[in-house]
Amino acid sequence: MTQANATDADSAIAIAQTSPDAPPLPDGLAAADLVEVCRQLIMVRTVDERIWMMNRQGKVPIAASAQGHEAAQLGSLLAARKDGDCFLFPYYRDLAVKMAAGLTPRQVMLSFMGKDGEPYSGARQFPLQGADLPRKIIQISNVVAASLTQSVGYALGCKMLGDDTVTLCWFGDGASSQGETHEAMNFASIHQLPILFICENNRFAISTPQSSQMAIGDVAARADSYGFPGFVVDGMDLIACYEAARQGIDHARRVGPSLVEMKCERFMPHTTDDDDRRYRDRDAVDAARRLDPVATFPALLVERGLLTPEQVDEFRAEAQQQVNDATDYADAAPPPDASTIYDNLYA
Amino acid sequence: MAEMTVIEAVRSALREEMERDARVFVMGEDVGQRGGVFLATQGFIEDFGPQRVMDTPLAEASIMGIALGAAFRGLRPVPEVQFSDFVWPSVNQLIGEAARVHYGTNGALRVPMTVRIPYGGGIRGGLFHSQNVESMFFHTPGLMVVTPSTPYEAKGLLKSAIRNDNPVIFLEHKKTYRLVRGEVPDDDYTLPIGPADLKRTGGDVTVVSYGLAMHYCLAAADAVAADGIAAEVVDLRTLKPLDTATILSSVRKTGKLLVVHEDNISGGVGAEIAALAADAAFEYLDAPVARLCGPDVPTMPFAQSLEDAYMPSPESIASEIRRLAAY
Repeated sequence: MTQANATDADSAIAIAQTSPDAPPLPDGLAAADLVEVCRQLIMVRTVDERIWMMNRQGKVPIAASAQGHEAAQLGSLLAARKDGDCFLFPYYRDLAVKMAAGLTPRQVMLSFMGKDGEPYSGARQFPLQGADLPRKIIQISNVVAASLTQSVGYALGCKMLGDDTVTLCWFGDGASSQGETHEAMNFASIHQLPILFICENNRFAISTPQSSQMAIGDVAARADSYGFPGFVVDGMDLIACYEAARQGIDHARRVGPSLVEMKCERFMPHTTDDDDRRYRDRDAVDAARRLDPVATFPALLVERGLLTPEQVDEFRAEAQQQVNDATDYADAAPPPDASTIYDNLYA
Repeated sequence: MAEMTVIEAVRSALREEMERDARVFVMGEDVGQRGGVFLATQGFIEDFGPQRVMDTPLAEASIMGIALGAAFRGLRPVPEVQFSDFVWPSVNQLIGEAARVHYGTNGALRVPMTVRIPYGGGIRGGLFHSQNVESMFFHTPGLMVVTPSTPYEAKGLLKSAIRNDNPVIFLEHKKTYRLVRGEVPDDDYTLPIGPADLKRTGGDVTVVSYGLAMHYCLAAADAVAADGIAAEVVDLRTLKPLDTATILSSVRKTGKLLVVHEDNISGGVGAEIAALAADAAFEYLDAPVARLCGPDVPTMPFAQSLEDAYMPSPESIASEIRRLAAY
């Protein structure tokens, strides 16, 4: 984790790689935690790939892939889960956050296919959008940055009621351009609210590259102007993301807001409706895939003796089996009854 | 019973609700030490403290987004928009977000938020301190829109709004704040959101209005009574949900309908009421439905002559009632 860089727009990603001789277990984690997050990582990727395939089969109308963002999402979510008292405002690309928070593959497939029993909105919204209150998640809309002020309001409410909850708010580099991002961070700092802002920066707002979004290298550099700390972390390094989020949660509870920018890669087009060949260099995408956490993280755990290659294979097989089951289950599930269209319009 | 102005009734309702429920808090521009630019929260910061009477940065989008997030946590925020004209930066949070929360979470989340908005003209406010913003919210499922016209209604309806679990757009006509006085009960009372109020009964012409214009309609009804014309005045009180039963019942009785509002005529509340009459009272109508509304220009201009040309008046309303009565 490094301090944000406000001045050099062309700088390479300034990151602290996990040192090879670093202690194998980060603060607050047991070996079982890393094994479990590895299992989740493989599961999320398997689900994500299936969803894309189901879109091409005409059974999933729309999906935003999390492929390439999983280390950032799972690392930060792991910190929230270990903390045990966090409330989550993810954004639309955060499949891994939502699944690692406890959603089952069956629920995910119901959601992407718009079926009855969909857990976030009763299939009124885009997949996994709405609220999953049993897992302490709210994500209302697709208007980027609208959730930033809402999450700040949630944190304000927690502070007013005197509870210990820390609010986490994830957003993309695209949302960082919105005025509400500024308003949210400014207000959070004025009132020293218990919130952690996490920017998953994949350098593209759909097709618009970072150089057309901002004149600086690091979104996190803006934190300084609000009067709270900003950090840049390698978003392809799950353990580094865990560590950054853990510190951010601790800071939120002791002091107030901070901003962690996780530099990650978007392997897929913006959504299933997008064609990124119109604006992305294939060599760059291929190069990014060499950092794929679904390859590097299991390898790291094997290297550290926490997993055997056979166990990784078992995780893959288990994921395939569960995703097959979930796909069949959701495919056979009925859609919501049309007569429910007026339900829950007013409380 | 105490006599008070509309702004005193608003202040009284807010204070009583904040005393009754610790989850209720106000936030907005200058609501703290200043007590609000219209003094709706005068003296509150001394009694409730800066956390429940929160001065915000001058940034309407975040006022609304933060209020919404606090409502998610179970608080009952009452954000103030300083002037209706300044609501636009926050409209995504109201129309785009708040209105869709309960529906878009299939009932999991509620939004117990009351957005107080001083609105309307006739006070030399020009294009940016006079706007009528109701039609935008009136068009939006998921919101409630309340438009009191008297102190009695302002207090009773504001209390209901604050106790309601839906996002309520509470529109206070700023010219009524100190112009309109009336009796207000001393005890804790509420008025239900939804029902219209028959302010005056008569068999010749139905006049439907709300807010400041409703008072002009009553004055016009007095004026035409001298000519033997009995106008019935329906004060909507609530625009959304609209009390269609009261409107239709009156129209079926009189056979003539005039809708009066200050907001622009095209696509306004009056257009919906005219369509309602055409749909559900067509056989009862003895004259075309008439609308006397603000012209389609961007709010009343600043110059007195131009503002007068924009605003409905007791005289222009009386003239329209006479025309309908003679039809």
